[in-house]
Amino acid sequence: MTMVANLSDKMLVPQPAVVVGRTQESPSIFTLKLRLEDGAAQAAFRHSLGQFNMLYLPGVGEVPISIMSDPEDQQAIGHTIRAVGRVTNRLAELQIGDRIGLRGPFGRGWPIENMKGRDVVVITGGLGCAPVVAVIHYILRRRADYGHLTIIQGVKKAEDLIWRDQYAQWNTHPDTHVMVAADEGGPLWPWHIGRVTDLFGRIPMQPDKAMAVMCGPEGMMVVSAKMLAEHGMPEENMFLSMERNMHCAVGHCGHCQFGGAFVCKDGPVFSWPQVKGLIAHRGF
Amino acid sequence: MNLPLGTLRFLGFHKLHELFGELQFRGYRCMGPAIEYDAIVFRELASAKELPRGVQAEQSPGQFRLTRDPRNRYFAWANGPQAIKPFAFAPRESLWQVQRDQEGALKFEPLAPQPAKTAIIGVRACDLAGLALQDAHFLKPPYPDPNYEIRRKSLFLVAVQCAEPAATCFCASTGDGPTPQSGFDLTLAEMENGFVISAGSEAGTEVLAALKLEEATPKQVQEAKEQGEAAAQKQSRSLPGRDLRPVLMNNLEHARWDNVAARCLSCGNCTAVCPTCFCHAEMDEPSTGTGESLHVRQWDSCFNEGHACIHGHNVRPDTRTRYRQWLTHKLASWHDQYGRSGCVGCGRCITWCPAGIDLTEEIAALGVNA
Repeated sequence: MTMVANLSDKMLVPQPAVVVGRTQESPSIFTLKLRLEDGAAQAAFRHSLGQFNMLYLPGVGEVPISIMSDPEDQQAIGHTIRAVGRVTNRLAELQIGDRIGLRGPFGRGWPIENMKGRDVVVITGGLGCAPVVAVIHYILRRRADYGHLTIIQGVKKAEDLIWRDQYAQWNTHPDTHVMVAADEGGPLWPWHIGRVTDLFGRIPMQPDKAMAVMCGPEGMMVVSAKMLAEHGMPEENMFLSMERNMHCAVGHCGHCQFGGAFVCKDGPVFSWPQVKGLIAHRGF
Repeated sequence: MNLPLGTLRFLGFHKLHELFGELQFRGYRCMGPAIEYDAIVFRELASAKELPRGVQAEQSPGQFRLTRDPRNRYFAWANGPQAIKPFAFAPRESLWQVQRDQEGALKFEPLAPQPAKTAIIGVRACDLAGLALQDAHFLKPPYPDPNYEIRRKSLFLVAVQCAEPAATCFCASTGDGPTPQSGFDLTLAEMENGFVISAGSEAGTEVLAALKLEEATPKQVQEAKEQGEAAAQKQSRSLPGRDLRPVLMNNLEHARWDNVAARCLSCGNCTAVCPTCFCHAEMDEPSTGTGESLHVRQWDSCFNEGHACIHGHNVRPDTRTRYRQWLTHKLASWHDQYGRSGCVGCGRCITWCPAGIDLTEEIAALGVNA
């Protein structure tokens, strides 16, 4: 029987990966560096910024996790993970030398090549968002290739901002502005107190050419897209990473559907015009 | 010796057992209609003698009742709850197995299904259309699904024209029936004393040639054609168009969604009987002590509470958003995904809904702006 499908497709069946590095970023956030055990598979692994892998713990389950490492780093695959659920809580227990399963990379990433030479506005909300942090790291490593970099983050309370040191460190890079707003400040809060939307007027950008990358609560992204448009950014220059339930990552299981899109393969990164019609309706 | 596709022959009732015999000779187990729990399901049949004869299914919203067919035909029932979907997309199956050795190393092994060659006798036009949509979903590049493909390729489909559509049927309005057009190996149109039979595939022509049947007479052919047209005429339900994207997507906050949500039990029966619904959950089945785990998938439903859950947040926390997801996917976003509606007009979701919700009625109500 001739088959079009391949039973051993590495996108369908995990490959063994070993934990080669582990960093505790905050009480609930940790970064794993993974290497595929098969050296040839590791050498052949290529991802684009904004794609994700399915990480698998035998007997526990699989979860989609954004790839954090630089696409040019072929030594290891980095994932920053928040321990929030059944599988991620168990992933948090992993130590160097432990083995897990890995499938990927999946989905469409950020249009990072199109961002070259342009001002970039990174908008993130809630508890910080790995897909955009990967963009920040990517640009900071190639600082001269990009224009102004503005990082905007809103939190409810000052203590909700995790990775405070990292925001301060990003702010020291040339042509890089970190703008954080907390509705409620706190002791030694160095950033803005008030609404995150207050900050949009202060973004150093050439709005018709600048590009935005967003990740976080959808309500925040809806408001941000509207504000950016008001400040002159064309809608097709705005991109966001969507989050939906994912089981298979290959567009079969149906959980991640957003209208006609399968977020796992048509996303997770979308341009704003692709999603704006549906994102405003709760329930898609 | 092969026959050209489209050759029309006549299979008398007295020769029906020869069709079973020929398929069995070629290594197929024959699945056909059987009565179980007062409904019609597909079960393995040893011979044509086991086919239920003179059985009809009276269907209406939330109702399915077997009745007697006065003409005593074999295929006077329109359809039962079970489409042929489970034969290609298994309700539950293992995808891979992983073994952890004493040093902690992992060994993954894909698990291929090993289905028996299966001939399904009595496949309806709606089921064929449903299968074509499942093919489009599961076999689409870049990640065609091997488990689906293996099961799919084990099938030999003997279709049958619907002469007695149920009151819940509306395949004529979706363009999928009641006469099978493609996707079958053999197709039958039941007459007073036999079937007009023709082949739709190479495998089908081989079986047809081996049966050594008489040619169908022009009168029989004409009668079969008219029977199909009459069956289409008999259908009382319909959808108001093939592409209902405007009706649905321009009415996402219509009051009717609240109305239907008050009746819908969010039970998922509609998705379980739907021949095109493809959602499934993947999960792990840990072993007890042997170090092995199985990764399995099983049918899931967008009406289940966990379907749209991401950590700490349920994208669809209520019945209104779940019913809207189901209907907008089926009749609107399916066009964006696969170039046509995901509804084949079988009417099963109407019959098997315990609350008797009728999607054709919901669509009509949504078309009226509140």
